[in-house]
Order: sequence, then structure tokens, then C-alpha cells
Amino acid sequence: MIAETGHYALILALALAIVQTVLPLWGTRIRDPQLMAVAVPAAQMQFLLIAVSFAALMTAYVTSDFSLQNVWANSHSAKPLIYKIAGVWGNHEGSMVLWVLILALFGAAVATYGTNLPRELQANVLAVQGSIAAAFLLFIITTSNPFTRLDPAPLDGQGLNPVLQDPALAFHPPFLYTGYVGFSMAFSFAVAALIDGRIDAAWARWVRPWTLAAWMCLTLGIAMGSWWAYYELGWGGFWFWDPVENASFMPWLAGTALLHSALVMEKRDALKVWTILLAIIAFSLSLMGTFLVRSGVLTSVHSFAVDPARGVFILAIMGVFIGGALTLFAFRAPLLAQGGLFAPISREGSLVLNNLLLTTACAAVFVGTLYPLALESLTGEKISVGGPFFNYTFVPLIVPLLIAVPFGPMLAWKRGDIVAAGQRLMVAAISALVVAVAVLAWQQRGPWLAPFGIGLGIWLIGGALSEIAYRVKLFDGSWAEAWRRLGALPRSAYGTTLAHAGLGIVVIGIVATTAWRSESILALKPKDTAEIAGYQLTFEGVAPREGPNYRERVGLFKVARGGGDVTTLEPSKREFTVERSGTTEAGIHASWRGDLYVVLGDQLKDGAQSVRLYFNPLVRLIWLGALVMFTGGALSLSDRRLRVGAPKRAKVLGQGLAAAE
Amino acid sequence: MLPAKAVEPDEVLPDPALEARARHISEGLRCLVCQNQSIDDSGAPLAKDLRLLVRERLKAGDTDQQIEDFVVARYGEFVLLKPRFEPHTVLLWFATPAVLIVALLIVVLAYRRQSASAELAPLSKAEERRLKRLLDDS
Repeated sequence: MIAETGHYALILALALAIVQTVLPLWGTRIRDPQLMAVAVPAAQMQFLLIAVSFAALMTAYVTSDFSLQNVWANSHSAKPLIYKIAGVWGNHEGSMVLWVLILALFGAAVATYGTNLPRELQANVLAVQGSIAAAFLLFIITTSNPFTRLDPAPLDGQGLNPVLQDPALAFHPPFLYTGYVGFSMAFSFAVAALIDGRIDAAWARWVRPWTLAAWMCLTLGIAMGSWWAYYELGWGGFWFWDPVENASFMPWLAGTALLHSALVMEKRDALKVWTILLAIIAFSLSLMGTFLVRSGVLTSVHSFAVDPARGVFILAIMGVFIGGALTLFAFRAPLLAQGGLFAPISREGSLVLNNLLLTTACAAVFVGTLYPLALESLTGEKISVGGPFFNYTFVPLIVPLLIAVPFGPMLAWKRGDIVAAGQRLMVAAISALVVAVAVLAWQQRGPWLAPFGIGLGIWLIGGALSEIAYRVKLFDGSWAEAWRRLGALPRSAYGTTLAHAGLGIVVIGIVATTAWRSESILALKPKDTAEIAGYQLTFEGVAPREGPNYRERVGLFKVARGGGDVTTLEPSKREFTVERSGTTEAGIHASWRGDLYVVLGDQLKDGAQSVRLYFNPLVRLIWLGALVMFTGGALSLSDRRLRVGAPKRAKVLGQGLAAAE
Repeated sequence: MLPAKAVEPDEVLPDPALEARARHISEGLRCLVCQNQSIDDSGAPLAKDLRLLVRERLKAGDTDQQIEDFVVARYGEFVLLKPRFEPHTVLLWFATPAVLIVALLIVVLAYRRQSASAELAPLSKAEERRLKRLLDDS
């Protein structure tokens, strides 16, 4: 009964989504306020219905209702509760329901909090959101229904892919989807503006918070995925340029570009046409990410769906929305008057450079990801595009961008002074150089470029801090004065600083672990010792152990450093009884220097145990940096000036804020 | 991209120089049954076979290029993580530089058009009067 309720709610949601699309759109055409007003309750109800449906599916998972085919195929009664819950979106059907749930949540948020939007804009935005929801609900109901029953109901389920039974991966999809789907807001606003044929700086102000929220979630989602790959796949790598990873990276690159171009539009009324196009591109890439992962065109650890009917359906959805939006763009974009002129050397100019490099880098990832698929379907030839390709195409675009980042916030709007900006960045540049030289002198092995990579990271962090120092006039006045100014800075200023510094932290982490990782591959017998990066490991032997739904062989390693005991590591090989497959659990000891990473290999013939030891220097900075970037986004989002509804209140509070700046 | 190693202890060659070459070659060869992982990163049995094959060829005195050719002849170009520059991959290699050049052109043209329009727009009569008034005031 509960499942049927969920099923029914999903169908009602589809019907409502069609209403939400057609009536408001028609209303804006004939200027009927009542028809336009339908959008708001429709979007709210839409969210409620999908929430009911999602809750029904969740209930089926938690209570292990194996009469549902979806639950049977992806769950098991012996699975821990957290993975029963995560199992809801650990499969194709359930993850699509999560997708539309998040979509509806964003729609309901615009309906509820967007009361100060122009009525027509709100109606159009919600209509476009409704059409996306309608397409995906139709997709779920016709090809991927999670509420299909089995008769007779099996006694127990088939379980969830063991590599997915992991805390980081349990929450990776919700964040990733919030990011993907969040860009639908930018898309809907862009299409609404094109339908309207009107766009102004206020538009950018409304779009930016949504884009920022989506970007934050995507940043965290990608970081979680990479963190998971690092410790769960047992190779200690954090990024493989796997098409599934690229599928989430492309919207991130486009979304980052969009955040910056929307800034230009909000502040200076320039780059309008480009911002609209970028909004369309960011969501198109999100749709493509969904297609790549969900259609089964790629078969990798991440992909669960292998069913061509679904692929064709999503391809059709992509065709309609991307094609439709671009056609509309072609007809309407010339109507959007360009505003604000600026010189190439200016804040706007630096953001244009940011957009130029980010979009080209995104194109590099796009080509590398899709070319092998296209070549194979056209000629049947199979080629691989892996890390080495991206090192040649992606990296040369990103490095100049990273060098340019600190200059951006230092340049004035309209016409900047590059020499003055350089002077303000002197401290950052000198620190970066000193660090690079020091590292160069210290390093005994590793590529000669690596110290400059570290210097680049320091440059980014130093540049970000210099901006704050400059804004509070740290070196021009008294400390007390600077301190007072520090408190008066808008939160979005700290947001920029944190996001840029976070990027620097990520760079340092990537460079350090890639260049100076050490490894040791050994065959150890009990009581044998090994040494790596200053740690002494004693192998105590292997013992079997039982988990809630798996058995494992656990290796016991005593770790000491400089004579003192540090920790005991227990890397293991797990065998999941129900799913009949295994995972490798690395034993990791984290310190500020880096991670000691121990992986258990196979049992060798002579009774020895194959063991791989790694030391990954500073590897945690990668995820720490992503977290700092996320925090920067959150600070910006909490800035009163950016908060939803700001445009109206800003008029009342405007005086006080203007004084504070 | 990353040196995540799957090499087993019994595979490691005694000669460190030869082993270093083996590792370098392995990093560019794809594990055929995995997704975008090099044979150096993969624990799959097939990857192990390939690692041993590379080391055998090295011991037999082959150059790096000979080994790459040998593996490609056996498994096809699919095995290379960095595709060779050939007619069917021209587009792959040139696409990104092409995008960059086109994007640069668009930006340069946009700047030019903008500065041209800025230069061509003289002050209106009202603006000129206002300017004169401001200058006179000061």
C-alpha cells in the first residue's frame, strides 16, 4: 500500500508538472495574473508529492520490502541501516527519484522565497522548472519505475555493490545531484529571460545565490567522490580522469565560470549574452553527466544502469532542452543590449580571462571524455584517453589561470592598473618564490617542476590573503583601524578569499602527493619489519574477522616512529557474503606530514603476505582545500547582499551597507 | 595520472633501472578490463599478465618503443592511455587548441568592437553643456 501511494504520488507529480509548465507560460503570453499565479502553489505541491513518493521508497528500503523489485535488487535484510537508506539512491531508479526531488525542492524554494521576483519572471522560471520535472518524471515512470512489484516476493534481497557500502559514498550522490540540479535554476532563469527578451543586473543578483549553492554542493560532492576513491579503491589515487569523474567535473568548471561571469553582470551590467549562454551550458553539461552515468554508455565502477531504452530517452531529453534553449538563445540573444564598457586590464577583463580559460579547459575535458565514444560509434575503432592526455591538454590551460587568479580581485572595475596590482601582490609573490626555492633545495627526488607547483599554491593562498590585507589597508594605517575594517568587510569578501585560498591548498596537496609519494612493495612474513618515510612497521600476521554482512582477512601492523609507538593499522580484504564480491580496505594513518597508507595484497605461495606501503605527503590538503572552498561559498551565500530577497531589502538597508563597504 | 601501484613483490625486476623503465611503460598502458586505469594501478589478473609481459620484453633487451609497438600489435591502440597522433585522432588532439584560438579571437574582436563603439560615440549636446558647466564651476 505504501509503495502504491508513492507510485501514485509520482504520477500525480507528473500531471502537476505539466500544469506548472503550461498554465504559467500561457499566462505570461496573455498577461493573465491568475494563470501566472498557478506556478507558485503548483511548484510547492510538486515538491510535496515527490517527497511523499521518495519517503515511500525510503520506507520500503528501511523495512526491507522485497516485494519491490528495486529493493530486492539493491538491498538485503542484513545490511546496516545507513546503507539501507543510502541504498535508495545507490541504484538507477532511486537516484532518479532523488534527482527530481532535489529539482522540486529548488522549484519550491523559488516559489516560496522568490516573492519579490517580478511576477512574470517567476512564472516563467517555474514553468521551465516544471518542464524539466515533467520530462524526468515521465522518464522515471515509463522506463525506470522504482515501485514495480514482484510476485511472489523473494525472501531476501541481492544486496548493494560492496564498494558502495561506505559512509562517504552514501552521501556523495545527494551532494553531487544538488550541484547538478542546482544549475537547473540558472538554466530556468536564463530561458525565462530569453522568453521575456529582457535581462538586467537584478537578474544576475537572483541567479547568483542559486548558482553558488549548486557550485558548493558540487565541489563537496566531487571532493567526497575523490576521497572515497582514495581510501576505498585501494590504490591511493584520488583522481583517475575516469569519464564518470569527468562528467561531474565539466559542470563544475562551467559553473565556476558562470559564478564569475554573473558577478560581472551584476556589478557592471556587462557580459549578459555570455552569462546566459554559460547558464545554458552549465546545465547542459549536468544533463550530459546524468546521461553518461545513467545510460550505461560507460561501464565503470560507478555505473549501474545498462539499458539502451533509458539512454535514448535521456538523450531525447537532452536534445529537447539543450536544443530548445540554444535555439531560443539564437533568436533572442541579439535583443539583449550589452551594457558596461571596460578595458582589457580591469576586474571585468580578468573575469573574462577566467571564463576564457575555464571554458576552454572544460572543452578539453569534454573532448577527452566524448571523443572515444564518438570514434567508436562512428568507426568502431577503440581508443583510450587517460591521465597522460589530460596532462597535455588540461594542465597547460589551468596553470596560467591559477597564476592569474590573485590579480583579479586586485584590479579595479572598468580600468585597472596591473602594476599597482602587482605591487600589492609583492608579498605573496616573494613568499611563493622563497618557498619554491626552498623546496627545490630540499627535494632529493621528484620532478623539477614540482617546487614551482608548491610555489603556485602559496601564491594563490598569499594572493587571497593579500586581498584582505589590501582591503583593510593593513600596511597604511594603524592596526586598530585595520582591525575595525576587518569586521566591516562584507562576508562575500571573505568568501572570495577563502575560495581562492582553498584552491591554493588543493594545488599544494595535488602537487606534493603526485611528486613525492613514496612506495614499497613487499612480501612479509609475520614479525617481519618494513620501513617507509620514517615509519617502522611490524607485521603481526593476518587474522579472520566477521562484519555485519561480510567476512574479512585483517592484517595487523604495529607502526612506530623514532622509537615510540604510533598506532596499529588494520588493512583488510573484505568478502561480502551476499553480493559475492570483495573490497580492499586500506589501513591509513594520517598526520600533518601526510598519510601512511597500507594495503593488504594476496597470500603468496610460501606463506608470506604481499603488502603495499605508501606514504602520500600532504594528500589531505586536497580535500581540506575543497572544504575551505565550500566554506568560502557558504560565507558568500550568507552575505546579506546575496541572500534571496536581497534586492528589496537592500533598498531599506542600503545606506548602512554602503557605509560599511 | 597518479602513481597508485598495484605491482606485486614477485614481479619487481632486480635491476632498478630496468624496473624504473617498466614502471614508466606500465603507467601509459591501460588495463583492458578496467575503466581508465593503467596496468600499474590495477589489481586485475590481466593487468598482472601485461606487467609481466612488459618486464619480459625489457629483459629480452627491447627498447621502450618496441615494447609499446609489441603491446599495441597484440591488443590494439585501445591499450594506450595517451592516444597516438594519427589521422583518426587529429581532432582529439587539435580540438582544445582550436577552441582556445577561436575563443581568443572572439574575445579580441569583442574588445575591438567595444572600443570602436566607445570612440565613435561623441558627447550629446546636453552632455557637452553639462561638462562645460562642471568645468566652469571648478
